[in-house]
Amino acid sequence: MAAISLRPAGFDDLGLRRALSDRMLPLLVAAMAFLAAMALAGWIGAASLASQWRDGAGAALTVQVPRPHAPASQPGTSRLVSVMALLSGTPGVASVRALPEDELADLLRPWLGSGAERLSVPLPAVVAVRLTGRLDIPPLAQRLQAISPGTLLEDHGVWLRRLSALAWSLQACSGLALVLVATVAAAVIAVATRAGLSARREAIEIVHGLGATDGYIAGRFARRATMLAAVGGLVGAILAMPVLLALAQLAAPFSGAPAEPDTVAEMFGLLPPGLWLVLPGLPMTAAGIGFVTAHGTVRRWLRRLP
Amino acid sequence: MIRFEAVGLHYGRSRAAEPGAEVLRDLSFSIPQGEFRWLLGPSGAGKTSLLRLMYLAIRPTRGRLTVLGTEIQAARRRDLPPLRRRIGVVFQDFRLLPHLSAMDNVALPLRLAGRPEGQIQADVKEMLRWVGLSKKVTARPTELSGGEQQRVAIARAVITRPQLLLADEPTGNLDDEQAERLMQLFHEMNRLGSTVIVATHNDALVARHPAKSIRLSAGRVVNPPAPGRD
Ligand SMILES: Nc1ncnc2c1ncn2[C@@H]1O[C@H](COP(=O)(O)OP(=O)(O)OP(=O)(O)O)[C@@H](O)[C@H]1O
Ligand SMILES: [Mg+2]
Repeated sequence: MAAISLRPAGFDDLGLRRALSDRMLPLLVAAMAFLAAMALAGWIGAASLASQWRDGAGAALTVQVPRPHAPASQPGTSRLVSVMALLSGTPGVASVRALPEDELADLLRPWLGSGAERLSVPLPAVVAVRLTGRLDIPPLAQRLQAISPGTLLEDHGVWLRRLSALAWSLQACSGLALVLVATVAAAVIAVATRAGLSARREAIEIVHGLGATDGYIAGRFARRATMLAAVGGLVGAILAMPVLLALAQLAAPFSGAPAEPDTVAEMFGLLPPGLWLVLPGLPMTAAGIGFVTAHGTVRRWLRRLP
Repeated sequence: MIRFEAVGLHYGRSRAAEPGAEVLRDLSFSIPQGEFRWLLGPSGAGKTSLLRLMYLAIRPTRGRLTVLGTEIQAARRRDLPPLRRRIGVVFQDFRLLPHLSAMDNVALPLRLAGRPEGQIQADVKEMLRWVGLSKKVTARPTELSGGEQQRVAIARAVITRPQLLLADEPTGNLDDEQAERLMQLFHEMNRLGSTVIVATHNDALVARHPAKSIRLSAGRVVNPPAPGRD
């Protein structure tokens, strides 16, 4: 590959161009960066799905009222009207809306076919309730039962809690994968640095004897390792791009974006903005891991010299 | 200023080695700044070990050693590199960096001292010319003869005008004419204020350049250099 451009400008007194070669290390770091990109995508994807679920299903209840037009226990009103009146008067309720028949039919059509409107089974009325905060469900259900027997209350919060537990687990797994990948990358760099140290042991001893500080020698290794790791991180991030775009395209229908993007801009727009911030961070993080690991490894090794 | 006070040295890990295992024993002497000393003694007497103590490659196992005014026992590890940069060493086995040219080998101490790159080139070329290697500036050590490598090592040792110049058998691979030239260089360094200590087996050279000497035998100084003595 670009052997010349990978070499640092300047004076290679320790012969590190050979001792820390530009083949193996960038390749391994590129693989790590690729995996890190996948884990980050998982993290960001899970986070955005979780927030969508929270907004959509968030503070909502669905109330089913069977035989809505039958008289309620209080004379003079229908069951539906008295249920809605009770719901509207309950603290913590933001809005109450009875779904019109055609909207209900739309909801049922996938299950019942186009004949949903002409169904002979009596349909219950469905009331969508938005909440402002938490609401104690069982007492409300009891009071609804009293005025309109058979009324069912469905609390979306249960689903929300299950989904956010799922999203949280996905995020935790992604985070764990990230930590592991970073650790393995650091280990790879440490091993390469140690190999470089033993290959250049004599040169290091000579330079040390001529009065080079630990910082100088460690800096030489760190400069080389930083550069190689950054190149690896960049290659890994670039390789991850097409895979991430393909995944984003698969996920697009769930987030309301066009599934078949027409322009390149539209295609890149599929990636969550968080990922755009994070991808350029990969080479920088790899470089940082390279710098810190090489510095630490060399300094620890140098303690054996007087 | 170099001062040895009851210094002992043994190699290896065991601290509790019996005194008989010491390579250097009961060394007590001092060398004022700007002096010249021969370091004499048979092979295995401990000349190289004594020099290694002085160029801070090893620390004494007992006693007190002071080099260029710094007491080595008390010094922290991070105090040693600046001290090493004030010491020039011609190693018995040269210790050149194999992947660097003669030029870069000689320039190394200047670069470690942070000398601006612009000054380095001219100084190094002049130095290599002085040791007769103008035509070998870009040669790697493997492309040089033993004597040429030795002269690169000498050039590297003196390029920074060190306050302490230590040479271990520096004429081992040189002919008489080159050896004389080298002595001229050492005397010049000495005249400019460096302390110069030269370990050698070359009796003829010592005879031509009489000076005070430290004579070692089996790890002991057998003639502590008294003022006015040869
Ligand atoms: N790294 C070492 N580990 C153990 N023993 C050593 C080591 N270096 C030297 N010695 C021993 O120390 C003693 C003195 O060695 P030194 O190299 O100082 O002698 P010298 O006077 O320089 O000899 P020469 O004139 O042959 O160079 C020798 O007996 C040698 O075996
Ligand atoms: Mg010796």
